Amino acid sequence: MDKEQFFKTYIGAIAHCSDMNMRFIDVGEGWAEMGLPYDTRFVGDPKTGVIHGGALSALMDSCCGAAVLNHPAGHGGTATIGLRIDHLRAATPGQEITVRATCYHATRSVAFVRATAHDDDTETPVATAAGTFTIEAKT
Amino acid sequence: MSAKRPEPVQVVKQRRDAALAALVESVPYTKFLGISFDRRGDELTGVLHFRDGLIGNPWLPALHGGATAAFLEVTAAISLCWSHLWADIESGAIDPENLNADDMPRMPKTIDITVDYLRSGLPRDAYARARINRQGRRYASVHVEAWQDNRARLFAQATGHFLMPPQASVSVPDADRPNLFAKLEEASKSQGGSGTDD
Repeated sequence: MDKEQFFKTYIGAIAHCSDMNMRFIDVGEGWAEMGLPYDTRFVGDPKTGVIHGGALSALMDSCCGAAVLNHPAGHGGTATIGLRIDHLRAATPGQEITVRATCYHATRSVAFVRATAHDDDTETPVATAAGTFTIEAKT
Repeated sequence: MSAKRPEPVQVVKQRRDAALAALVESVPYTKFLGISFDRRGDELTGVLHFRDGLIGNPWLPALHGGATAAFLEVTAAISLCWSHLWADIESGAIDPENLNADDMPRMPKTIDITVDYLRSGLPRDAYARARINRQGRRYASVHVEAWQDNRARLFAQATGHFLMPPQASVSVPDADRPNLFAKLEEASKSQGGSGTDD
């Protein structure tokens, strides 16, 4: 499957991703980059307009899953086992959040993924994530 | 000998429910996900109302892991804020009659959250309850559990740390802590001031 087709299939099939207007930036072997444009529906603190940590979790989870699917050991199916997210700072309101996830190791049944989220300030990440995902056995 | 009579039940309920509604409605993201809260006394249960937009795996189908994580995080944060507010609601310091989103206290900020996925979330309503394991002035540790049909069969759980919003109204003095610098000074004096060259 070529990249463009993968992007379309993934976002199109996963209702929660299309509902949130997530978009793909790029994918490669065992990694994926996705973006979440700023949207007032995701605001967690109405006084500042900062988006809710939960919206970031949804983006992180989606991007980590996409990295697993693009790993040579992945065979078209995955589910999250565990996901830890550290919120380093508040995302700047109005800016798109982009995530790069890397599947840095995979066994026959488990994929290990790390991800980093940024807004326009590329210096300090907004959040980092570490997750484990299932890998479906080769059939 | 006029002991204060307890307030009528409707008054108590109305005040608590109005405060809860104002708190929940002040966060746009809870509306986007479709989360409401049931209240029994001070105990809250988050309800994630199912809609197709929460699906993450269309083939099973199953709830999106991110939506599940977000539901747990929202329930933890609202429960934390609620327990923080409870005393003020009960004392009448918060007036729900004139309560709007602008008067609400700041929400706790998530420092970190670890989500444990136990089974796939079915395409139907989900429930969650938070247990505040520790709530200090600045930091709080919260555990939250989510289930669907059966309370004992959790489909996800999470533990998170939160930074509490600064409380302007109440100023609790810092607990007595040993002043480490004073101790160091004392120590260097007792050593005959030999440490001054470093």
